[in-house]
Amino acid sequence: MAFQYPVAVPGVSVVNFLRLALKSLRGTDVPVVQFRKLLREKMQLLKVDDAFVNRYLNEGFSGGEKKRNEILQLAVLQPEFAILDETDSGLDIDAVRIVANAVNTMRGPDIGFLIITHYSRILNYVEPDVVHVLVDGRIVRSGGPELAHELEQRGYDWVVQEVLSQKEG
Amino acid sequence: MATTPEELLRDLDKQYLEKYGFHDPEQYVYKAPKGLSRQVVEEISWIKQEPEWMRQFRLRALEVFFNKPMPTWGADLSDIDFNNIHYYVRPTEKQGRSWEDLPEYIKRTFDRLGIPEAERKFLAGVGAQYESEVVYHSIREDLARKGVIFVDTDTAVREYPDLVRQYFGTVVPPADNKFAALNSAVWSGGSFIYVPEGVKVEIPLQAYFRINAQNMGQFERTLIIVEPGAYVHYVEGCTAPVYSTDSLHSAVVEIIVKPGGRCRYTTIQNWSYNVYNLVTKRAVAYEDAVMEWVDCNIGSKVTMKYPSVYLLGKGARGEVLSLAFAGRGRHQDAGAKMIHAAPYTSSVITSKSVSKDGGRTTYRGLVKVYPGCVGVKSNVRCDALLLDEESRSDTYPFMEIEEQDVVIQHEATVSKVGEEQLFYLMSRGIPEAEAIAMVVNGFVEPIVKELPMEYAVEMNRLIQLEMEGSVG
Repeated sequence: MAFQYPVAVPGVSVVNFLRLALKSLRGTDVPVVQFRKLLREKMQLLKVDDAFVNRYLNEGFSGGEKKRNEILQLAVLQPEFAILDETDSGLDIDAVRIVANAVNTMRGPDIGFLIITHYSRILNYVEPDVVHVLVDGRIVRSGGPELAHELEQRGYDWVVQEVLSQKEG
Repeated sequence: MATTPEELLRDLDKQYLEKYGFHDPEQYVYKAPKGLSRQVVEEISWIKQEPEWMRQFRLRALEVFFNKPMPTWGADLSDIDFNNIHYYVRPTEKQGRSWEDLPEYIKRTFDRLGIPEAERKFLAGVGAQYESEVVYHSIREDLARKGVIFVDTDTAVREYPDLVRQYFGTVVPPADNKFAALNSAVWSGGSFIYVPEGVKVEIPLQAYFRINAQNMGQFERTLIIVEPGAYVHYVEGCTAPVYSTDSLHSAVVEIIVKPGGRCRYTTIQNWSYNVYNLVTKRAVAYEDAVMEWVDCNIGSKVTMKYPSVYLLGKGARGEVLSLAFAGRGRHQDAGAKMIHAAPYTSSVITSKSVSKDGGRTTYRGLVKVYPGCVGVKSNVRCDALLLDEESRSDTYPFMEIEEQDVVIQHEATVSKVGEEQLFYLMSRGIPEAEAIAMVVNGFVEPIVKELPMEYAVEMNRLIQLEMEGSVG
């Protein structure tokens, strides 16, 4: 779960946090050298500089840094399923591309992604397998990537209209 | 799994017991009978073969002690039974210059506490006090050649009588408070440090204080003189066995930092939960001198300690970094005092306290600025973290500002370990207990990072140990 507004934890550095989280998930300690290598690799993927991981978790982070930090965790911890809750909100174009690139690099048969978004921008870089439209907490329409493009062109109104007419019918 | 308060406390004690709380059989050369009297004081002075002025100093202080009422403004001290304490215990006849000189069981104890190992790795000098006496002392030869003196205070009285007499009791007079008077009457051991002009001791000097006997009173007396432009970092640590009856530790520390000198004094207090820790620590700082106290209180039953700096010279700077951790049955009444008695002096007080399982922390501080001390700056920040509903934290920040042209800042926060923080950390797979520990470690980090690396590691480990108690 990549949070939209991740909370700050003063005094806890990003690198220590990631190491403990990884240790907890694997149930065994991760050798420092191995961990550093993994972290460096993922940092390069996300284009974050070295100083970043020594900062305190989310403390004084800009909106973009918070999002990037969420994706860095995702890349390091490698969950089976990831929920990106409006991770693209508040990111500039370059940052969206970096995040999208990270998702593309990670995607594969061993990991699932649920990307929640209000914009199609991120979909210019990430090709979804399935698109669902959610209205009032329910999936009202599903389709392939073309659905997203259709929404981008026509807006949401027609979907809502369809749902309402179905209810009445 | 521990569920009742008593079981929790026992669990904590068990963890402490394994690492520090063991005790040795007593094979002492002298142990004063319980209780305090003129005779006991005379005897201590006689055994130490002290000069007459010190004997008189002790006896006068004893009168002051008897005449002063118990302080009632702070932590609860009503259970202290002054008649049930041994005021002087001499474990061995002579002090060792090498660890091999010590009785085998004492050497084993310090081995177990890791002191000789620390000495080899990262210390410039070590003093080790066992009960009332410093049983081991050493200083690196190059420092000794530069004129740095680092001995126990009893030795200093014998070997450097003029220096000691000039400063002893001048920063903390016996009449300062009841426990300073008690210490002045029965003091034994402690460190004496003299750093000559311009000499910088880059590697820390350390003293370790160990109480072993039951119903023991330890009253070390430390005196540090930093000459102009000199620097020293002194570190002290302490532990004791776990007993069901109370012990008393009441030290006095006096520090003189002359113009342009700097002294840093770091304490890692980890007494067992049956020790009353009532300590008076005070420094005077002259022109452009810097005095820093890094005061970490993790253990003890009750601690009352407010390291202070009297800023007596223009441009002098004082800093106190205070860290208090109170678990069940403990009360850390800690803080700081900054007395601005000269213009353009500055002070910073940073206090971080953590209370858990019904433990209690108190920040008690004073910033005083005398009239005419223009350009004074003072910044006080105290943060308290509560880990549960039953714990308690109080803040008493006194300010007595008698000058207009000053900048005084005060900020205080009280927070609980946030649900949101825990949720965030736990959503990444970190178990709850470790997540709480992580938040706590993060909270105290600004203080811990000021410790030398080896002590920072130790401090984090101690906090981890304290946190484990709550998981059960």
